[in-house]
Amino acid sequence: MSSVLTASTQGSESAVRSAPALSCRDVRVSFRDQEVVCGVNLELDTGQWLGIIGPNGAGKSTLLRSIVGLADYSGAIALGDGQTPGAADVALVPQSPIMPKGMTVAEYVLLGRTAHLGWLARESRADREIASSVLHRLELTAFADRFVSTLSGGEAQQVVVARALAQQCPVLLLDEPTSALDLGHQVSVLELVDDLRRTEGLSVLAAMHDLSAAARFADRLILIDHGRIVAGGRPEAVLKPDLLSAVYGTPLTVQPIDGELVVLPEPRRRAKPPKETP
Amino acid sequence: MADASLPTTALTDADAAHSAVRRAFGMSIGAAVVGVVVLVAVGLFSATSGAAGLPVKGVLGALFDWVPLIGVDSSLSTTQENILFEIRLPRLVLGMLVGGSLGMAGASYQGVFRNPLADPYLLGVSAGAGLGAVLALGFGLDLSWGPFDTVPAAAFAGALVAVLASMAIARGGGASPATLLLGGVAMAALFSAAQTYAIQQLNETRAREVLSWLFGQLNTTGWKQVGLLLPYVVVCGVVLFIHRRHLDVLRVGDDEARSLGLDPARSRLVVIVAASLLTAAAVSVSGLIAFVGLVVPHIVRLLISHSYRVIVPLSALVGATFLAFVDIGARTLLAPSELPVGVITAFVGAPFFAAVLWRDRWSTT
Repeated sequence: MSSVLTASTQGSESAVRSAPALSCRDVRVSFRDQEVVCGVNLELDTGQWLGIIGPNGAGKSTLLRSIVGLADYSGAIALGDGQTPGAADVALVPQSPIMPKGMTVAEYVLLGRTAHLGWLARESRADREIASSVLHRLELTAFADRFVSTLSGGEAQQVVVARALAQQCPVLLLDEPTSALDLGHQVSVLELVDDLRRTEGLSVLAAMHDLSAAARFADRLILIDHGRIVAGGRPEAVLKPDLLSAVYGTPLTVQPIDGELVVLPEPRRRAKPPKETP
Repeated sequence: MADASLPTTALTDADAAHSAVRRAFGMSIGAAVVGVVVLVAVGLFSATSGAAGLPVKGVLGALFDWVPLIGVDSSLSTTQENILFEIRLPRLVLGMLVGGSLGMAGASYQGVFRNPLADPYLLGVSAGAGLGAVLALGFGLDLSWGPFDTVPAAAFAGALVAVLASMAIARGGGASPATLLLGGVAMAALFSAAQTYAIQQLNETRAREVLSWLFGQLNTTGWKQVGLLLPYVVVCGVVLFIHRRHLDVLRVGDDEARSLGLDPARSRLVVIVAASLLTAAAVSVSGLIAFVGLVVPHIVRLLISHSYRVIVPLSALVGATFLAFVDIGARTLLAPSELPVGVITAFVGAPFFAAVLWRDRWSTT
């Protein structure tokens, strides 16, 4: 197995087994006077997939953005060793990444090495090795010379994941990674991330809209509403119909199918027209 | 795993990935070599054309003779050597430096502002330099200081004032590109208005003198102008060359750039300062030469690569070649009188640019 991430995972194996890969303590983010993340605490264990669920505007993306330093926050966000995370520690797969015109897939993946550029802003030989092994690992070699702006949604999402992998971070953040994809590509992107988590020892923190996918892939879920965590724990503990219906503002049911939880909108009951009284 | 059962294909796939990354990483060597050859050819053509026709062989001989430790009999007369070394070459080298500066600064501005219409004059360099020159020329001020003559000094100061004012009203280089751009537009309008008003107040002779400066020209007195510009070209050129990679990272937007580990505000500030200094220096010795900074980066982008690691250095090369070539026309077309080189850059550049644009549209649709 060509391990892309050996360099960054070796340390965490022995030293930080007990400490979480990433922790947030009382994280608060305000825009103007409105608090959109209101005191979030969470711990992401090494090798774990933690799913963040909640309706639009709940603060999921803002929480992820504050972890990569894109939003000003109060409170503490720390890695296992107590450091504030940087671009060499946490890689973000954004919700709607910009695909620049005329940039090839290989160039795009090389951007993942930005944090490691030397004084002359040239990628080292090692940087190039990492980029090419990521391309190879994700079976993107055939795409390598194509322009990113010409890729389909599914291909583009793989390429963005490849760029994040090239950052060689022990923690991967995904912001609605499958929102623009058809069902088949949704599954394949999530399975790819899950494979990488297992083979490379990544820890994954993912904001997810698809609750059934969240139930299938995440080890633990936290449910956020109006910037607050309203539930957290194993998927079967969080995905309760009453709770979800209240948070999402619409009746939802949770059905076990083949041992997996599937969250569905409750069938719409048409109000029967009142019988005309003669 | 599939890799294990098919070791040969896995190897070739890894190799293919490797070479794709090398292509993405590499500078287009072929294009650079062609560019240098064309630059040298244009330079030679320029050195040999003009009222006093100098033989190619003699020019080459004189140039080799000038290189230390090489003795070649140049076969040029002393007068011819004087023409070559004191008139032709300074002007040729100045044209190359100015063209290269404008091309490189234009490419950098386009990268920083993520805007294809950005050119080196975007933040008011032209209007500021113009106002400075008009005030100095028109009102006969004496601002000469050390090796700096009045007009270059005034133009340089005016350009820097305009850029700083643009950045100040956009609250520093950390502001978003759109805010900076609007700041530049506002300052350019203000300085242009002041400049137009100042010209209107001048008498005809002075106004004519000012206008000919505004058109842009490559008049040299020996190697003086080259000496003034060269330090800026070296320092700013190195800074921009180093930061060309940052411009590629900025192409994915400020947020993604920051999550990848770049400080977009800092990179933008460094690039804007270097590109503005370079432009101001070029403008101060040559006036306002239009079109080079806008068009040259596009030509490189359309013909060779969208990556700034290629666009920035090749824009310098192509800009140098382009201005040296155009200046041959400026010197010889209406000899013995001279055309303003800034006018010819537009006349030659616009149709060429149109041809490249059309070619691009036809090949992509």
